[in-house]
Amino acid sequence: MQTFNFLKPNRDNIKNYSIIGSFLVLVSLIDVISNAFLKINLTSFLPGSLTTLFPLVIGLIGLNMMRIDYSGNKSLDLLNKNINTNNFNALLTLLILFSIIKALPQSLSWMIFDATISGDSKDACTGTGACWTYIKVWFRRFMYGMYPNEFHWRINTAFILVIALGFVGYFMKENLKKYLALYYVIIYPVIAYLVIYYLISGGSFGLQWVETGAWGGLSLTFIVSFFCLIFCFPLGMIFALGRRSNLPVIKYISICYIEFWRGVPLITVLFMSSVMFPMFLPEDFFMDKLVRVIIAITLFEAAYCAEVIRGGLQSLPRGQYDAAKSLGMGYWKMHIFVILPQALKLVIPGIANTFLALVKDTPLIFVVGLAELAGMLALAKTNPKWLGFAMEGYIFASIVFWIICYAMSKYSYNLEAKYKTER
Amino acid sequence: MNNIIKRYIPQILAVLFVVLIFGFLTLNAQTNMDNRGIDFGFDFLSQESSFDVQFSLIEYSGSDSYARAFLVGLLNTLLVSFISIIICTILGVIIGVARLSSNYLIKNTAAWYVEFFRNIPLLLQIFFWYYAALRALPMPEKADAWFGVTYMTVKGYYIPAMVWENLNVFLYCGLAAIIAIIVLRNYANNLRDTQGKQIPVLLYSVALLIVLPLLSFLFGGVSLEFEIPELKKLSKISYIYEGGISLPPELIALVLALSLYTSTFVAECVRAGIEGVSKGQKEAAASVGLTPNQVLKLVIMPQALRIIIPPTTNQYLNLTKNSSLAAAIAYPDLVLVFAGTALMQTGKAIEIVSITMLTYLTISLTIAAIMNWYNKKIEIKEK
Repeated sequence: MQTFNFLKPNRDNIKNYSIIGSFLVLVSLIDVISNAFLKINLTSFLPGSLTTLFPLVIGLIGLNMMRIDYSGNKSLDLLNKNINTNNFNALLTLLILFSIIKALPQSLSWMIFDATISGDSKDACTGTGACWTYIKVWFRRFMYGMYPNEFHWRINTAFILVIALGFVGYFMKENLKKYLALYYVIIYPVIAYLVIYYLISGGSFGLQWVETGAWGGLSLTFIVSFFCLIFCFPLGMIFALGRRSNLPVIKYISICYIEFWRGVPLITVLFMSSVMFPMFLPEDFFMDKLVRVIIAITLFEAAYCAEVIRGGLQSLPRGQYDAAKSLGMGYWKMHIFVILPQALKLVIPGIANTFLALVKDTPLIFVVGLAELAGMLALAKTNPKWLGFAMEGYIFASIVFWIICYAMSKYSYNLEAKYKTER
Repeated sequence: MNNIIKRYIPQILAVLFVVLIFGFLTLNAQTNMDNRGIDFGFDFLSQESSFDVQFSLIEYSGSDSYARAFLVGLLNTLLVSFISIIICTILGVIIGVARLSSNYLIKNTAAWYVEFFRNIPLLLQIFFWYYAALRALPMPEKADAWFGVTYMTVKGYYIPAMVWENLNVFLYCGLAAIIAIIVLRNYANNLRDTQGKQIPVLLYSVALLIVLPLLSFLFGGVSLEFEIPELKKLSKISYIYEGGISLPPELIALVLALSLYTSTFVAECVRAGIEGVSKGQKEAAASVGLTPNQVLKLVIMPQALRIIIPPTTNQYLNLTKNSSLAAAIAYPDLVLVFAGTALMQTGKAIEIVSITMLTYLTISLTIAAIMNWYNKKIEIKEK
């Protein structure tokens, strides 16, 4: 007769071991689930802390019994290979499963089942859950800031126009493609600026003037990051080339520039733009706060951009430079036609990452009094009619930013993968 | 001749350009300051600051100078960076290793942790912890004790303070232990190289570290007492803990947000480093008869660390710079104390913002220089 050892499964009794093991795991899971969802403690007969430890111990024994190498059962092997390679792994698996199960009912009921979304004042929120009414009522403020409600279409139109103009490159005819760089570096920023200036700011064509102090919310995040991106890219390119130049003065000016901006936190740069910069402007010269902030962030991000582009320039083999020179190309011709097209393609993922960092940095403009999403939340939080909903507000903003940033990071991974295979 | 023109004209133009910009800006600043009756200078640093700082590591009151206020802010910045760096390193290493685990659940939990905390702006995370999560903590009188002696309340985290007697003797003993360990290591290395003998250095080191300081308690007259925070009634509804050390909620929120956010980047560095060591190295090490522990210690880690350390230091640097977001939740760091309050009081925008930026710049460049030196040192010397 074969001995049946609980802690040492062997292959002769695969069926018994796997059945008993999975039964034990099931028991432990049921115990935790009933505890979490139905608030029934199945093991209340056990003394003290054993009640809480019971599912863990039972689950561990179960998983241990199920751990049979090459059992021949496909799903069992898969399970063992993925979550049950040894006791330590089994313990971690159980801990993760149990904590998910324990946390699920509470967070679900707070976020969904007990939450309120109807009504349009604080009084509607009487339940114990989240008050999404708050988000619903403030939604337009979170998106458009203090921009007058009846003019929101202007922001939307401007964004659609700018995005559409950005895609022009895709539909350009073959013989115009050589002007693509010119378009994106010079023409597009100018047009985009004009569109945003005339549509969102207004003041002409019968559109009412809306000062930048009223701009805000998520749309401001987009405006700031958009302008910073299109301006910091050419600037970064100049400094990247400058840093690799063999003219010492230009090289050291570029190094100083890059290292200076990379060494200081953005928040001090913003402080500089708001309190120190006006002192450096001519007396009667007024510059809008938003413009100052965009200039500051552009100068700051250009340094990071420059380092990314420099990485691309460095990774090109020397042969490319030598070949271009041997064809009699000068510095500019060589860079424009041979080096930069290749280098820029290499750094697209890096630029995407810089842009991601830029988007994540924009909430900081809140410190100089521009209320984008985080700033609007801070405003809404202190509104006497809506006190006490900080949690909902920050969860909402986190979700919004998370979706944007996650999508962008996934996109940059894709780009990275795409351009990796080509070389 | 042509060559000389090509070389020098751009450089002269660049210098001219920079000089013109700086000249223009300085000229403007000069006229602006003249018009407003502000004069440029750093004398204000020695003046009385007459503002108070909530949380400071050194003695500070309103009668101290602005220079001391600067020091208070700088120390607070360094404190929060230091704590966060330690926590984010521990978390980052755990998560980074977990991402390489063979366990499907662990691997994916770690991956989602990274994706989650990395893609939410740091400022929002700080706000979330400070305004939402920490505000949900109990009032002091209702707080349960954690570990019996510490109290997590809405007003901060109260922990026991250590009251030392003859602390210096204790520290000398610790120092002696460290020196002894270094000597022991050298001796052991020497012994291994010349005679091939192994001695359990780690065991001896731990023993030394425990025994020597312990001896100081028995014979050196060192004594340690804990001052446990106790609940005290201020008025009918207001309670507070007295004694011990209180960590303000601003500090906790900042440390939480900074370390969770940066730990994701550290985790990615760790993962990349371990993945960067080729599998052949591990197999080769095993095939010459090293034990798994030795493989990890002597073969994998030295190579992985070479990949891990430079980008991780970069992350530490980022963390230190990001700690300036403290200003948003009124934690008295360098930016808030100096570029905020002190600037508001003196109106010396140019001087104060420059000092603040230069301080951060100095920290960054110093660490960068140390890193470059270290990188040169550990670089693989190829023939």
